[in-house]
Amino acid sequence: MTREIAIEARGLTKVFGGRGSVFGRQTGGARAVDGVDLIVRSGETLGLVGESGCGKSTTGRLLLRLIEPTAGSVAFNGRDLTELTKAELRRSRGKMQIIFQDPYGSLNPRMTVGDAISEAYVIHRIGDRASRAKSVLEMLDLVGLPRSAASLYPHEFSGGQRQRVGIARALALRPSFVVCDEAVSALDVSVQAQIINLLQDLQRELNLTYLFISHNLSVVRHISDRVAVMYLGRIVEVAEADHLFADPAHPYTQALLSAIPPSHPDEPRHRHELVGDLPSAHDIPVGCRFAPRCPFVQDRCRATDPQLSPLPDGRFVACHRAADGSLPTYRLNS
Amino acid sequence: MSGDMQRPILSVQGLTTVLARSGATILEDISFSLTPGEVLGVVGESGSGKSMLALSIMGLLPNVVRRSRGIVSLDGDELTAQSPDHWREKRGRDLAMIFQEPMTALNPVMRVGNQIAEVLRRRRGLSGYEASKEALNLLRLVEIPSPEKRISAYPYELSGGMRQRVMIAIALAADPKVLIADEPTTALDVTVQAQILDLLRKLRRDRGLSLLFITHDLGVIAEIADRVMVLYAGRVAEIAPVRSIFDDPQHPYTQALLASIPDMKGPRGRLVTIEGSVPAIGGMLEACRFSPRCPFRRDICEWERPHLGVVSGQQAAACFRPFGYEQPLEAVI
Amino acid sequence: MSIAIAKPELAPRSPTMIVIVRLFQSRSFLIGAALVLAIALVAVFADVLSPYDPLRNSFRTRLRPPDSTFWFGTDHFGRDILSRVIHGARISLVIGLMTALLTGIAGTMIGAVAGFFPTLDNPIMRLMDALMAFPAIVLAIAVAAVLGASVVNVIIALSIATTPHTARIVRASVLVVREREFIEAARALGASDLRVLCRHVMPNAFGPLIVRLTYVFATAILAEAALSFIGVGPPPPAPSFGSIIAQGRDFITEAPWITIFPGLAIIVSVLGLNLLGDGLRDVLDPRMRT
Repeated sequence: MTREIAIEARGLTKVFGGRGSVFGRQTGGARAVDGVDLIVRSGETLGLVGESGCGKSTTGRLLLRLIEPTAGSVAFNGRDLTELTKAELRRSRGKMQIIFQDPYGSLNPRMTVGDAISEAYVIHRIGDRASRAKSVLEMLDLVGLPRSAASLYPHEFSGGQRQRVGIARALALRPSFVVCDEAVSALDVSVQAQIINLLQDLQRELNLTYLFISHNLSVVRHISDRVAVMYLGRIVEVAEADHLFADPAHPYTQALLSAIPPSHPDEPRHRHELVGDLPSAHDIPVGCRFAPRCPFVQDRCRATDPQLSPLPDGRFVACHRAADGSLPTYRLNS
Repeated sequence: MSGDMQRPILSVQGLTTVLARSGATILEDISFSLTPGEVLGVVGESGSGKSMLALSIMGLLPNVVRRSRGIVSLDGDELTAQSPDHWREKRGRDLAMIFQEPMTALNPVMRVGNQIAEVLRRRRGLSGYEASKEALNLLRLVEIPSPEKRISAYPYELSGGMRQRVMIAIALAADPKVLIADEPTTALDVTVQAQILDLLRKLRRDRGLSLLFITHDLGVIAEIADRVMVLYAGRVAEIAPVRSIFDDPQHPYTQALLASIPDMKGPRGRLVTIEGSVPAIGGMLEACRFSPRCPFRRDICEWERPHLGVVSGQQAAACFRPFGYEQPLEAVI
Repeated sequence: MSIAIAKPELAPRSPTMIVIVRLFQSRSFLIGAALVLAIALVAVFADVLSPYDPLRNSFRTRLRPPDSTFWFGTDHFGRDILSRVIHGARISLVIGLMTALLTGIAGTMIGAVAGFFPTLDNPIMRLMDALMAFPAIVLAIAVAAVLGASVVNVIIALSIATTPHTARIVRASVLVVREREFIEAARALGASDLRVLCRHVMPNAFGPLIVRLTYVFATAILAEAALSFIGVGPPPPAPSFGSIIAQGRDFITEAPWITIFPGLAIIVSVLGLNLLGDGLRDVLDPRMRT
């Protein structure tokens, strides 16, 4: 099952800050995203997981070129986004969209829901007043909101309903690629399930490609075809979702998965404790960036930075020991 | 699991809080008890009133909310019958609380060691020297790495997990009987959350700490709680030992809540959802508040309020269904 | 799958309506608005309301204390103080209002550009800082000295003096709004900078500005009085609150009513505007996060 490549990132890097300071000292800057290679295939959901500060949200925005990369390229349906002019980029916005985490902050409080959705058509000069109004109603139907919602303001909705509005706005221009940035993380569990189902239904109906960014691992497992794990600005493992959760290859993935709370009180736990804190993005360790916290560290890990490379079973892992098979095995709940 | 016949360390009976202005209820008729060394998990979604429950027990209700009814007693001492000063005294000594965001609860311009020592001096009457020595011990107890260095750190110099550990150290400084934890791991990453939960479990085991653990995350509940109280829209929906909750939930809301969490194992089918959303404060029903969203709703559910009734052993649910849609006898739990 | 939306009847709908409803529940806003409205009405209907011509000299009625004919007394030219205060409200309010308007326009444009375009932020705001370093009143005297004393020049002088602070306030709220997610959402849809600024940022950034402008209004009335007092205000004989006080200065012991009544008028207008501003601040400034 090889599908077309929808998005391909090469060496994507974003350094925040880090110009010469007032005192003329060169500061390093925070390497929020540091050489990310990533492929999202058409029609799939790629989950992107990692802990806060690992650069997963920044990666999502770089893929859409909502922020400018410091280095690297992003190809969207074969076209390099980083080479587009601002005007060309604006025109191509309709094909790639983003759904945000905060259903309270992501809608303009002074715009009705109808205006918020039809703004997409106004910006891209699509249709006239009547056809825009009709499209708004279609979008409301699509996300399961009543048509009367069009004339209401965001504050008149609950969190889950607002998230539906956010989805309608993102899909108004019928994009092919959508970044879901913690799209269900702020919602109550019972509402979260509704939105996850909606996202999956829409994906099937509209043949959408998702990059699903979340720190919630059980949600990611549920919705993703493949999952990429990020640590300190770098992708350390990419694999089929079932494969990754059943048999994580990278020591960081193992530790991350072992920390997930059980789904039943009697479930056995094999916790891989991580030592120390996440290093700062200003001061990334030499060699493997996970080495200082890795229980299986060897000398070569501190010397050379492992590249994301394929294992025989088709997964990609950035770990010297996993690559040559010398890593102690670990299985989740087996 | 925890000795059922033991005298409760914390007991709450018929607790009801209302908005001072409109009189709309936030918490209604909440009753439960906590035995020494027990961890009672409180689960609820937004609007369930779970944070208000913590504040009610602490005697820290905001001005716009007032307790209209109910008794809170700590180790036989009826706090609600006594002066606010008495309550405040208890709050410093026997009742402690940790919050979701430790950064807002810590003083940003005071070294963490001094913040712990201050509690020790005031509440345990230690001298300055003793207090700073004991502060170091507490930092060790909460497993902060290199505590000798961290004792003179400011809160912003610490990571989120470390700050939560400092908060726990401050809460433990007065050697409380009951610790109320309001979503203490929600703002943390899973790996850090796991460490904090391990720490709390250890403290419970080693010090016999009683814990009221408030969270929206059933996974965290599975990890730490002995018994679970499920709140829905300000009322207790179900209260039961943790295994009963996971193996044999009685209230449709508990069932739906468990079913709507994506599973970490097995096939990935469609998620079970609860239609609609949590009712808003002021717009709540007198009858069963879950009835508008309930798949098992019958006429009686829209007429009458189901009281908490014992289903079996220690498990009680506020639902007509387990009782054949008859009004259950009120439980005393 | 359809979802019912619980909506109490007669509830305020748009965010603007919510603000208005809340304002009408604010006591300080209502008292302030009533005072300001009363003074504004007096100014508008000055010709009808004033019993005498405010400019007519009469030596027979010089320095009369308040009585039933001249309620507020008369000045050294025998002019009716009541009529002068009524007409003075006109000039004082025009100065206040025009200053607030000009400052509002200039401050919004400068603050919005500085807050929205990071590259322009530093140059613009350092210039504003430099302007702010001059005491407002000294700046106003300088402008009046260069351009000459007239109502228009007073307005220009006061507008220049109050603009930097206003721009700073607008910039601050633009900076806050700019970081909100709906701004990024609009960009993700392909909205241009201008569209983002006008449709999304500014409508959500006006609250603090409106509050600020009520204070500018009040400050301008006070500053006009100060300028008149040192002789660079609106030129005589047309009365303003400040110029009446200034002219009464020489007779303060024998005819205190000349200064007392315009002084009271200033107090009432400034008090009204400040109450109005407090009410607005309570509703607008702890930003409506609905």
